Amino acid sequence: MLADKDRIFRNLYGIYDWGLEGARRRGAWDGTKAILEKGRDAIVDEVKKSGQRGRGGAGFPTGLKWSFMPKQSEGRPHYLVINADESEPGTCKDREVMRHDPHLLVEGCLIAGFAMGANTGYIYVRGEFIRERERLQAAIDQAYEAKLIGKNNVHGWDFDLHVHHGAGAYICGEETALLESLEGKKGLPRLKPPFPANVGLYGCPTTVNNVETIAQVPDIMRRGAGWFASIGRPNNTGTKLYCISGHVQRMCNVEEAMGIPLRELIEKHAGGVRGGWDNLLAVIPGGSSMPLVPAALCEPLPMDFDGCASVKSALGTAAVIVMDKSADIVRAMARIAYFYKHESCGQCTPCREGVGWMWRVLTRMAEGRAEKREIDQLFEVSKQIEGHTICAFGDGAAWPVQGLLRHFRGEIERRIDEYTANPHPDPMRVAAE
Amino acid sequence: MTKLIVDGREIDVPPEYTLLQACEAAGAEIPRFCFHERLSIAGNCRMCLVELVGSPKPVASCAWAVRDCRPGPKGEPPVVNTKTPLVKKAREGVMEFLLINHPLDCPICDQGGECDLQDQAMAYGVDASRYQENKRAVEDKYIGPLVKTIMTRCIHCTRCVRFSTEVAGIPELGATGRGEDMEITTYLEHAMRSELQGNVIDLCPVGALTSKPYAFQARPWELTKTESIDVMDALGSNIRIDTRGREVLRILPRLHEDVNEEWISDKTRFVWDGLRTQRLDQPYVREKGMLRPASWSEAFAAIAARIKGVAPPRIGAILGDLASVEEAFALKDLMTRLGSPNLDCRQDGAKLDPARGRASYLFNPSIAGIERAGAILIVGANPRREAALLNARIRKRWRAGILPIGLIGPQGDLSYAYDYLGAGPDTLAELAAGKHPFVQRMQAAERPMLILGQGALVRPDGAAIAALAARVLSDNGMLHPGWNGFAVLHTAAARVGALDLGAVPGKGGLDVAGMLQPSKLDVVFLLGADELEVPAGAFVIYLGTHGDRGAHRADVILPGATYTEKSAIYVNTEGRPQLANRAAFPPGDAREDWAILRALSEAIGAKLPHDSFAELRRALMKAHPHLGKLDQIEPAAADDVMKLAKAGGSADETPFRSAVSDFYLTNAITRASAVMAECSALAAGKIPAAAE
Repeated sequence: MLADKDRIFRNLYGIYDWGLEGARRRGAWDGTKAILEKGRDAIVDEVKKSGQRGRGGAGFPTGLKWSFMPKQSEGRPHYLVINADESEPGTCKDREVMRHDPHLLVEGCLIAGFAMGANTGYIYVRGEFIRERERLQAAIDQAYEAKLIGKNNVHGWDFDLHVHHGAGAYICGEETALLESLEGKKGLPRLKPPFPANVGLYGCPTTVNNVETIAQVPDIMRRGAGWFASIGRPNNTGTKLYCISGHVQRMCNVEEAMGIPLRELIEKHAGGVRGGWDNLLAVIPGGSSMPLVPAALCEPLPMDFDGCASVKSALGTAAVIVMDKSADIVRAMARIAYFYKHESCGQCTPCREGVGWMWRVLTRMAEGRAEKREIDQLFEVSKQIEGHTICAFGDGAAWPVQGLLRHFRGEIERRIDEYTANPHPDPMRVAAE
Repeated sequence: MTKLIVDGREIDVPPEYTLLQACEAAGAEIPRFCFHERLSIAGNCRMCLVELVGSPKPVASCAWAVRDCRPGPKGEPPVVNTKTPLVKKAREGVMEFLLINHPLDCPICDQGGECDLQDQAMAYGVDASRYQENKRAVEDKYIGPLVKTIMTRCIHCTRCVRFSTEVAGIPELGATGRGEDMEITTYLEHAMRSELQGNVIDLCPVGALTSKPYAFQARPWELTKTESIDVMDALGSNIRIDTRGREVLRILPRLHEDVNEEWISDKTRFVWDGLRTQRLDQPYVREKGMLRPASWSEAFAAIAARIKGVAPPRIGAILGDLASVEEAFALKDLMTRLGSPNLDCRQDGAKLDPARGRASYLFNPSIAGIERAGAILIVGANPRREAALLNARIRKRWRAGILPIGLIGPQGDLSYAYDYLGAGPDTLAELAAGKHPFVQRMQAAERPMLILGQGALVRPDGAAIAALAARVLSDNGMLHPGWNGFAVLHTAAARVGALDLGAVPGKGGLDVAGMLQPSKLDVVFLLGADELEVPAGAFVIYLGTHGDRGAHRADVILPGATYTEKSAIYVNTEGRPQLANRAAFPPGDAREDWAILRALSEAIGAKLPHDSFAELRRALMKAHPHLGKLDQIEPAAADDVMKLAKAGGSADETPFRSAVSDFYLTNAITRASAVMAECSALAAGKIPAAAE
């Protein structure tokens, strides 16, 4: 279990002052100038050494991503873009950071911006986050006022930070769709290559990072890469915000060490599964786009990138959705499929046409109104989507369905049998004579 | 150059090639829907997926550059496979997705037989559908009188959206909605305003956008295809005329990189209904003020009787805008034989004179040359209305990089940004004197270009304006060896050819304005000349195709053939002779114009020497050898522009206006077309288009 001294988000629950004073008392903005004085390469190296992997879902090593930015500007400005379009169902970690510890993010932006030679940063906030946006803006205003950021600030690196809010489209959390949306266009993912580090916002080198990733950076720099790397397992280092929801006693957000066993996470922080561990049916470990993990595989399950991958799922955003045996797993997955059908941008064929197909079939399967051969067919359809699309949305829509079919095939077959045996549960009406 | 192995074959291609181009260079066929050579890359149909060894997923070959491929661990060239099971399966998957919501209405779809989806489904589709759900239905949209929409068929390739945004420059098509609810439409179903909108029909890979006038008329395999040349403007767009029996059913573009690329304007594409209506299909003779149908011999007899004894200087001939070079040659020959110098091909009165040299009336830098121009000055023209495709070329150049464009004359939405310099000749004089700041920008550019429109030339002071325009280039040192930027933009398809032949008044002859003075002439030949008013008193012989203005005024009507009904040479605004072929036959008793002139000449005692069309053409080629070099521009001497600059003359202050006020109604054929009439009314705002 993570010791209190190792916590990065010490005001996760908003019991203390979110403002500049409170943040300073918790250590934010302490020695920032000294960090910047180490130089660009030293900061990137430190982040690389810490082993931090992106907290937005894909888990790409942060330091490596930063190192893709051109070392010298060839005339084009560099941009730092923060992805605060947190829309993954089950995930609400960035929201809490913006609400209660916004200065960690602002400070992180300055350091990250400096490390990649960016004088401008944009924070793209999800449209539904209205209060969070106001809070974040207030924190930025405080930082401007205290000359912590902005032109001629005390840190000696001109850095402007802008808050932009989206209109509530899930796809705008995809980094290139986010850039399109930020440019004022329709949020359609771009073709890669070229990658944003080369051609990003307004055609300039850009790095897009998640809120949590950037908010952790000041602490990594202050306490050292060694401290961060000492938490968790190799290749899965540091602390992580877990969002536990679903059939648990107390749903919560909690900062924990990477690699904490799933059972410990649920029982220690969320009061355990409703009706006890044995009542567990399945867990989605990383937000709705990740394949579910059935109860049998939930123990032991270290909650980190490699741990989740070993059960053919992924850590994603670490949004743990717990389902006990009362959950209608097929209907739940049909609902998730509906979400993806609704949020698909419609740009490329497999996702536009395939996701709606999966949703329709799953809806029938939830009632049992299907044929058994359609199970394999559904799996094949999901495979036809996966890996054939412009962005990872198609994969994210296909994985939950694949997870269901992999682990709960029997449940679907049972329903089909039941329905076939009694297709009309209500007595047939007889016409009045 | 980069080495690449495609299907086991090593090839060497430029690094900026996409994989799709590289695969095609290696001889592999890549299916595609959204990709189009002349549009930006969308990469959204996912049909062109190929296997790039080392990449975890198949990649969209249209969007992946060769330079993005990583070499193997030992530096071996990247390996691309297009025929592996992985690729086949990926494409079959995409094809299945495209088909699940595509209606099975091929039997009633106009795209049938030339449908990309149909063709590719033969290769990648399966015979039965696994899709048990209801198919999506999408409401059809009204987007104007030319393009019919059946939106359920749409596969969302966005070619039409990219065309209207990028090439046409009138961004009015777009996609609303998201995911499977995405729909292509115009804003509030407003009719499209572009003059190039018909091209989206060709671009649409399925039957979602089809031709409204051609709807349910024919199947592609029933049609006879004839390669020909368009005469609706002076560009000489290359077209293919599709006919069934004697009727022209549609007109499609033909590829010509230097003229029309693969686009044509809406007027070119949809004018064909005008070829059927209002046609003159037999000779008429005016008796007691009324035109009555007559036989050819009666008509010729009436002409011979009237012309007998008329002094040659009292006979005149005016050549219309759609006449071919052969007709102009025959008419000129006829007038010479009659002894009359009164011949003119400039029915709008443009002050262009072949005596000043060929460069004084050609679009010297050539249409493709626009893409090399460094600065463009437009004088007295609205290229969008006068030559829609040339306008698209300017826009293409403008999009490709910094291009200063100046405009003197009528302002309008040209689909690119320009600097408005002034309204009339005084601004032009300022430029010619080198006093205007835009001159410096032109001088700074490597290849400056001046487009001179007919609107600046049809005025009484047109000659002075032409000289002034030439001075802008010559006096400011912008005529370089190898680059003559003096570009006259014509609007009449016949004009350049006729000027090449010298179809202008001879010594002491009257020009059009002179001939149209009351009681100057006793007999006037109008060869398809409709855009003028012949004063009362003259005996008018009208040789033409449509019952239009000229025919109304005529005393004798001789029914001729339209451009689709004869073999003919037309010279476009650049001076490029091109051959139009006969796709159909003239209706009824109508004949080809050269034959009518030949027969008429005999009847009036001035017999032309050629007895066959081949003979006529031989004589023409002998007199003007450059017309025989089809599709080659005989370069004009740049010195002519220098000479023109010295011509002088005084220009008045009247602002320029465009020579074309209504894009859709510019000649007798368009005025006979119901489709063009509807488009014209719509453009003029006479039809409320959107439910707002």
